Amino acid sequence: MIPFVLRRLAQGIPTLFLVVTLSFFLVRLAPGGPFDLERPLPAAAMENLRRVYGLDQPLLVQYGRYLAALARGDLGPSFSVRDLSVAELFGRGLPVSMTLGALALAVALVLGTLLGGLAALRRGSGLDHAVTTFGTFALTVPGFVVAPLLQIAFGLSLRWLPVGGWDDGAPKNLVLPVVTLALPQVAVVARLARAGLVEVFDRPHWRTLRALGLPPRILALHALRGAALPVVSYLGPAAAGLLTGSVVVETVFGLPGIGRYFVDGAINRDYTLVLGTVVLIAVFVLVLNILSDLACALIDPRLRDVG
Amino acid sequence: MRRRDLLAGLGAAGLGAASLVRPARAAGPQVHPQAYRRGNGADPETLDPHKTSTLAEATILLDLYEGLSAYGPDGSLGPGAAEGWTTSADGLTWTFRLRPDGRWSNGDAVVADDFVHGFRRMLDPATGAKYASVLAPVRNAQAVNRGAMPVDAVGVAAPDPLTVVIQLEQPTPYFVELMTHQASTPVHRPSLARFGEAFTRPGNLVSNGAYLLRDFSPNDRITAIRNPHYREAGRVAIPQVEYIPTPDLAAAVRRFAAGEIDSLDDLPADQVRSLKSRFGDAVVLNPALGVLALMVNVRKRPLDDARVRRALSLALDREFLAEAVWGETMLPAYSLTPAGLDNALPPPTMPGRDLSPLEREDAAVALLREAGYGPGAKPLAVELRTNITDNNRNTMVAIADLWRPLNVTTSFAATDAKTHFAYLRDGGPFDLARMSWIADYADPQNFLFLVESDNDGFNSGRYASPAYDALMREAARETDLEARARILYRAEELFLADLPWIPLLHYRHKHLIGPRLRGFVPNLRGVSPTRWLSLA
Repeated sequence: MIPFVLRRLAQGIPTLFLVVTLSFFLVRLAPGGPFDLERPLPAAAMENLRRVYGLDQPLLVQYGRYLAALARGDLGPSFSVRDLSVAELFGRGLPVSMTLGALALAVALVLGTLLGGLAALRRGSGLDHAVTTFGTFALTVPGFVVAPLLQIAFGLSLRWLPVGGWDDGAPKNLVLPVVTLALPQVAVVARLARAGLVEVFDRPHWRTLRALGLPPRILALHALRGAALPVVSYLGPAAAGLLTGSVVVETVFGLPGIGRYFVDGAINRDYTLVLGTVVLIAVFVLVLNILSDLACALIDPRLRDVG
Repeated sequence: MRRRDLLAGLGAAGLGAASLVRPARAAGPQVHPQAYRRGNGADPETLDPHKTSTLAEATILLDLYEGLSAYGPDGSLGPGAAEGWTTSADGLTWTFRLRPDGRWSNGDAVVADDFVHGFRRMLDPATGAKYASVLAPVRNAQAVNRGAMPVDAVGVAAPDPLTVVIQLEQPTPYFVELMTHQASTPVHRPSLARFGEAFTRPGNLVSNGAYLLRDFSPNDRITAIRNPHYREAGRVAIPQVEYIPTPDLAAAVRRFAAGEIDSLDDLPADQVRSLKSRFGDAVVLNPALGVLALMVNVRKRPLDDARVRRALSLALDREFLAEAVWGETMLPAYSLTPAGLDNALPPPTMPGRDLSPLEREDAAVALLREAGYGPGAKPLAVELRTNITDNNRNTMVAIADLWRPLNVTTSFAATDAKTHFAYLRDGGPFDLARMSWIADYADPQNFLFLVESDNDGFNSGRYASPAYDALMREAARETDLEARARILYRAEELFLADLPWIPLLHYRHKHLIGPRLRGFVPNLRGVSPTRWLSLA
């Protein structure tokens, strides 16, 4: 297992390098710069700022400096939040985004598996159709519609929960954002779990196990193992997306995560913030994919030889 | 076995998630029951007053710092860290007397050298100050900021600890207002020396205003508490203020409705009518120091013909734009400068204001025909450039529609804001471009300077009128305020005849004031320092 992990990590380094290089030059292709404002800066002020941030240097020099700093773990200063470095912004925002993402994942996993399992067991029934309908709804209605609806229903009408804000991570402030984040994931997990279970139920070995009269607990274990594979494969990249924040959820609920940094960074031409976000997401995707592959190997022994 | 491992792993993940919640809660500031939760548009780029550039920063920094002068409860100008000042007869030397009881938030005395150092730091090229132009009237300021002179050449001196003497390049009647600006604030030299650029962090920041920084959580809130060393701390009613960023205005209104935010300084324009019916008098709209306009490329044919520009302007139904597109959050603009400025006559009005829309259209058609265009003649093709927002797009589409009867065909070039402003700055070819301007001080000069021929930042339409420039120079030399106001009036008349920018709308401030908040006075400058407010 350890050689597998090391090999996968080693494979990730050139990928990361490629991602950083492409992103560095792509972000510079966008017209305008971090200091192009509605209120144009006088030439002297613009020159001073470009010098302070090293933007007066040739692009290749800037690229070399960025890579060298990155190798030291330095993500550079932010151009749009001048009091904090990119690493500091992540240090403050990442725990928030990860908290929301981890809770949404947990909800998606538990509720999705439950719904998918019930639908598979009652294939073709009203319940099955209800789960499918819910899945279609949850996947097609976007977060920027769901979030305000939840705010109006539970924050303004019923007054059960706050409309927005983080309030230092108070549980009541987490509910609506987590539900908004989890809803489409519940739908996907339910679909995958249902499909996986249905496939298991159609296999000869399942009929054999049932014919042997094994107790329901053992049967459930075998069924879940089959259903878990597609879910776990999906969860790797999905978790990377969830844990690194959602721009819609964090903006609508006013949460101090890092989900907004990629979009804000791109809009503000905050080059280092955009690149830092790309690096962070790339690392998350890399690590979570490895974890997902490991989990798949744990679930299905046949995959261990391949890995 | 493996299932147990998996469960244990999931459990650990759950605990991990829970533990991520708890430390943040323990580390954060406690919410004061009398905290004023102030919606503040966006997070500041910086709390370093010398690197500031946005309105969101101004609100916070006006609470944390105090310049030589300061805003009163109604936005009027009055003494700040200085208890008074005198001006020399030629208007070039200003002497400010500091209050002997001025204190920093750590108890240190506020002395004249703190201001001298603040001015020098602001203009030092190494600071990279975006707002260095605020101090442009100070002697040698521009040369120092260009790096052509050393920082100690800035025309500011401290002959004794309680006297600041400032030399100016030319008489500047609005100079007192510049001294309220966050860019003109002093700096606490010991904390800057000790912490360097990190002097703005909570715990490090020492300020001389009514509040001191307690906590800064990006994208969440900034917390400030009453500065116990402030000279009038006993008269500051609100003990704690939380500045809450509100990037999503619709969501911010929902938080206001739920009582989670006490006031907002911006509202979604498309919802203002429904907000008025829902919140009544809590919605406060009042004139602001800003103008939305179409900048014209006056070097490009046929827009180099003033008759064409006047025709395009005449055909615009500004009342329709203000009401239908902007939901009355803007006012029709028939001049460049808004009404109510200091040192100014009521602004001149562009011709045609009193005509009906149909009469205006006829007049526009006649002007275009004279220039060889219009119905029955050559069609006029123009391109409108804008940065994309819902309201901008709607405005541009409405303008194109209003121009259609003139046989004008309009195309659009809509880009994101950075691209738009970089394009104009770099001298990209254009016909007409959306421009807006929010003034720094309530003086007509702060609008009229936009189209001076040597304004390298704003005059992308390359308007160059020797007569206009001469009037602006004459106004700059004039020390008699009434005479100066008349000169600036003539300059604006010339502007309205030439129309290098076609003014469309004047901005209004858009406030939503909650039932707890007392003491809010709407004003042209849109300033409302927390020290003058209270909570019911």
